[in-house]
Amino acid sequence: MAMQHTTAGAPDTVQPSAKPLEVPVRSYWQRNENWLLGTISMSLFLIFWELVVAFGWVNPLFTSSPSRIVSAASDMFADGSIYEHIAVSAHEFAVGYGLAIVIGVPLGILMGWYSRVNAVLEPFVSALYATPRIALLPLILIWLGIGIASKIAIVFLGAVFPILVNTITGVRTVEADFIKVARSFGCSDRQLFLTVALPSSVPFLLAGLRLGLGHALVGIVVGEMYGATKGLGFLIATAGARFQTDQVMVGIILIASAGVAMTELLRLIERRFERWRPNLRG
Amino acid sequence: MNASRPLKLDARRVALTHYNERTRQPLEVLCGLDLEVSEGELVTIVGPSGCGKTTFLNAVDGLVRITSGEIRVDGRVVDKPGPDRAFVFQHDCLFPWRTVRQNVAYGLEIQGKLAKAERNERAAGFIELVGLHGFAEHYPHELSGGMRQRVNIARALVMEPQLLLLDEPFAALDAQTREFMQVELLKILARAKTTALFITHQINEAIFLSDRVVVFSARPATIKETIAIDLPPGRTLAIKHEPHFVELEKHVWRLIEEEAARTGMMTAAA
Repeated sequence: MAMQHTTAGAPDTVQPSAKPLEVPVRSYWQRNENWLLGTISMSLFLIFWELVVAFGWVNPLFTSSPSRIVSAASDMFADGSIYEHIAVSAHEFAVGYGLAIVIGVPLGILMGWYSRVNAVLEPFVSALYATPRIALLPLILIWLGIGIASKIAIVFLGAVFPILVNTITGVRTVEADFIKVARSFGCSDRQLFLTVALPSSVPFLLAGLRLGLGHALVGIVVGEMYGATKGLGFLIATAGARFQTDQVMVGIILIASAGVAMTELLRLIERRFERWRPNLRG
Repeated sequence: MNASRPLKLDARRVALTHYNERTRQPLEVLCGLDLEVSEGELVTIVGPSGCGKTTFLNAVDGLVRITSGEIRVDGRVVDKPGPDRAFVFQHDCLFPWRTVRQNVAYGLEIQGKLAKAERNERAAGFIELVGLHGFAEHYPHELSGGMRQRVNIARALVMEPQLLLLDEPFAALDAQTREFMQVELLKILARAKTTALFITHQINEAIFLSDRVVVFSARPATIKETIAIDLPPGRTLAIKHEPHFVELEKHVWRLIEEEAARTGMMTAAA
């Protein structure tokens, strides 16, 4: 956008009598408007929240307040009690989501590429994809107990289906024209897969990873609330039962931040893979 | 036809019948076609819509099988796509995830004979040839329609085919770009010394580009007439206004009109 203003005169034309080029300088505000507006609205909200509690208009037992949350968080970090909750949840997420990628992507590629593999597995995938995976939680707890394994399983089940289904769709929806071009160059099946099907399915695959991420986080929280002895979901559930609203909020904020950070990380990866897409950077 | 030059395409009594899988009805598309193209020639096929021009070109490329007859390219019988032929598709069909250089090098990569450095070097040469110096690292979406079609042509030429097959490559371009690309194509093919078989709907494009124009009949296609274009080489767009050019144009149009009328695509001229 800034370019439109600065190209008013071509730089290589000599204009002896012309006035010096006026390059409109965009102020700090103009350049960072979106970011600043977001920060300001958020700050106002936090101040409002703090004030309604400070003036006693609402009971902090229900809403807590920013300052209470900060002090609760610093206490929890200071006495070290929070670390093992974070570690357990992170462990469950990493293993469950990692397994979902390691199994979902190759299986999706196989199912998308070989129609026989698809015919065999498709009924299972459709049935499980339609089932809210949280409903399987009691069964998983019976099978794997309340330890870490049951939570890994629920995270895995939540994340694997969006990844799988999107990968299948990606491999399937290769444009017929591209196949024709590849064939006319004498492409083998293997080359067709590597040079056409795989690269054109990358956007689908990344969308699957992003969807799977959300499901994985839900899996952690619900899994730990339902039956666990550690983890952020467990922390939220037990603090809630004791009306320790501050601690509940700390747990929520930690999980939300992790979610935001990982979504951003995926978006960065997406940009790296989709440099060839128009208007991605807007 | 110049007997002294070797034949790059030799199609004899080519027939092709499609079977519709749903209705189980046979559809005769090509019926006893004979066509020869000598080295260095540019031959254009025109004909009424749906007459089987593209099917014939696909058969020459080996993308579809003929029912009877024989197609030889550079003396070898065609049964599947091969490195002696290269196809320029109507829509540029560039791989959007590949840069210009990677798109042009695609065929060489599939062939797997050259090392990456050599592939890139050859690709760079053909990017220059089609006039896209400085655009090697651009992605297709960053190019205009005309530039993309140049890349498409370079992608085929880089294979150094014995016979270049072009299926209405300029159909998707705007009218002005199309005219300029016609001039460019003549220059590019002269520089690359390639024999080419070109399909178009536009009669003036056919005459402007060709050494010979072949008029296909309505389906099932046979050759209705072959017209030698006796215009000098090094043609410029101005030639399109010369009386002889206009004469040729009228003649070809009359042939196509007859075919269209015969099939009821158009009511007979009064």
